[in-house]
Amino acid sequence: MTTLGPERIYLDHNATTPLKPAVRDAMIQAMDLVGNPSSVHAFGRRARRAVEDARAAVAALVGVKPAQVLFTGSGTEANNMALRGFPGRRVLTSAIEHESVLAAVTDADRLPVTPSGALALDALAEALERVEPNRALLSLMVANNETGVLQPVAEAAALARARGALVHADAVQAAGRLPLSLPALGVDLLTLSAHKLGGPAGVGAMILAEGLEPDALVRGGGQEKRKRAGTENLLGIVGFGAAARLARAELPAAATLAPLRDRLEREALAAAPLARVMGADAPRVPNTSCLVLPGLSGETQVMALDLAGVAVSAGSACSSGKVKPSHVLAAMGADAASASSAIRVSLGWTSDDAAVDRFLAAWSALARRSVAA
Amino acid sequence: MNSLGLAKRPQDTRVVVAMSGGVDSSVTAAMLREEGYDVVGITLQLYDHGLAVMKAGACCAGQDIYDARQVADRIGIPHYVLDYEGRFSQDVMDDFADSYLRGETPIPCVRCNQRVKFRDLLNTARELGAEALATGHYVRRLVGAQGAELHRAVDPAKDQSYFLFATTREQLEFLRFPLGGLTKPETRALAERHGLEVASKPDSQDICFVPDGDYAAVVAKLRPGSVEPGEIVHIDGRVLGRHQGVVHYTVGQRKGLGIGGIKGEDEALYVVRLEPGQRRVVVGPRRDLARSVVMVREVNWLGPDRPISAGAEGMDESAGLPVSVKLRSAQPPAAALWHRTGPDSARVELLEPQHGVAPGQACVVYQGDRVLGGGWIAGTAA
Repeated sequence: MTTLGPERIYLDHNATTPLKPAVRDAMIQAMDLVGNPSSVHAFGRRARRAVEDARAAVAALVGVKPAQVLFTGSGTEANNMALRGFPGRRVLTSAIEHESVLAAVTDADRLPVTPSGALALDALAEALERVEPNRALLSLMVANNETGVLQPVAEAAALARARGALVHADAVQAAGRLPLSLPALGVDLLTLSAHKLGGPAGVGAMILAEGLEPDALVRGGGQEKRKRAGTENLLGIVGFGAAARLARAELPAAATLAPLRDRLEREALAAAPLARVMGADAPRVPNTSCLVLPGLSGETQVMALDLAGVAVSAGSACSSGKVKPSHVLAAMGADAASASSAIRVSLGWTSDDAAVDRFLAAWSALARRSVAA
Repeated sequence: MNSLGLAKRPQDTRVVVAMSGGVDSSVTAAMLREEGYDVVGITLQLYDHGLAVMKAGACCAGQDIYDARQVADRIGIPHYVLDYEGRFSQDVMDDFADSYLRGETPIPCVRCNQRVKFRDLLNTARELGAEALATGHYVRRLVGAQGAELHRAVDPAKDQSYFLFATTREQLEFLRFPLGGLTKPETRALAERHGLEVASKPDSQDICFVPDGDYAAVVAKLRPGSVEPGEIVHIDGRVLGRHQGVVHYTVGQRKGLGIGGIKGEDEALYVVRLEPGQRRVVVGPRRDLARSVVMVREVNWLGPDRPISAGAEGMDESAGLPVSVKLRSAQPPAAALWHRTGPDSARVELLEPQHGVAPGQACVVYQGDRVLGGGWIAGTAA
């Protein structure tokens, strides 16, 4: 294996963020738990207690009661449950959603976004008019994974609910980065993922408005109120709970990423005057920057930065590692050349000024070489 | 000078290796890594493997990308997969289909080297700060008084110089072929010594996107409705039968014509030419295949500069350059005179007539082991 030593800089927190030490400690403790949370005996009850503690922590992160939290195997699974759990409803969504939303229902209406990268509310209003009352399901992400642009979820939810629509919000990239509340957003369903919060991969959550009953995707035992069969991923759930607890406490620290990100953008643009930031004029989560460097493909930038020890990403990578042109930037009206010459820099709890300096040095060198070539 | 001919220490020299997942490029990467170079492996995703083999459940990346990644991990180099499906489809597969439909017999591997590997990948290598792009081709790059020269591989059975004639001088300056001095058994032995799982992987035989050899089916898929039946006609005008599309035939082909012999005539029949406009396959006896003149287009010249022959209507005043030429990959070189007739065209005079010269194939020009250049066969004359 290539060495991944301390000299490497990780700026790809939107892909996954490193496990926080306190989360790891909680998970190590949980490894000694013996029982199946469904078992009647004392071992089972102890495991059940750990799951329910975690459920309460996740519920607190998004302002709901513990009973409104269903654990799933991933954010993708929760998105699938939200979109496929209400057959008969017409799905409306935006053109910039994550693959797990776009692929979950392929005949959805994909609504356009503004050049800044936020859902066009007038297009939503028109689309809602075309669906019978009480027959629509709107799915909208809170923050876009590539640009960080915040979506007008509360406004969209108000429009949609006035027509009797259900509203789902994919909050995977927003949780832990800004205050989040299901009641405040006015939505019915919310998706979370542990590993974007400093928890482990392999566990997500579907947050439900009280009384809402989506169809189960996975059938079998009675776990998670018969909504998600399968023995609970105890380690993952405990890690999720610990990460949620920390994320809530550390929200002020997450906000301090904004000035760091802004400095990164300022100095990057100074180093490469042709470069630009996608969605810069829109409200964004504090940690994400989508940089376009005309003339150099995003995948080449990612490779060159990796060779310089700096980890960022371009578009969304499929399992083979090949990079597809960004559907998000295309939806924002970027021409093909720009859409293919963007990278995503995403900061997180391990990021500091030194990391940003390392990125800037490597990226500026790349920009200079590209101009010279 | 390091082993790549650069005045730098290996560890300060970044070299990109084009890794296909096969044994040759894997050994290339392992050799350079062992010498201490800053090796970066890149594998190109050229087409959707699942679509090409039409097998349900085939991984989108395919076994070759997986193998390349395993090798890169094994030898400890960074490895990337680049999505070149779009440009491969446009620059190689479309050209392949159109060439067949024009009645030619194309060589997509040359187009791929020319338009994908040695153009786009080479540019990416430069952008990554590399000083060379190495491949696992069996061909030698020697540096002469006037710069880099292309020479046949030491192993005549593996020599791939025919497929690299379109390499430009500028590309050749940046390219390296570390296997050119090895035989295939030596390469396999190196693969074993480096513990590479691909050591015993069979050589690829076919065009990568036509794994079952059914070119016509691929053309039909790329250009729906274009493969149309027609007549098989004897060169003397007799209609001998029907065919299911000229793309099924190549000039010089004898087997599989589906018309048998002609009653009372023992002579075997060959495809003499294809007339796609009339959807006709023209057949005749072997003597009608004999060609003494080959017209060549899109000439790439790597040899010493030669003046273009003056003269009108193909009447060269110069005597022509004595060379040997290969008119298909599996054919021994034939003695010829090379007359340059324009900036990128030439007329090749064969000293002895050759049989089965197919438009669309390459005419590659040698002097001894050195590749002087070549071009695409545009037409022939008896």
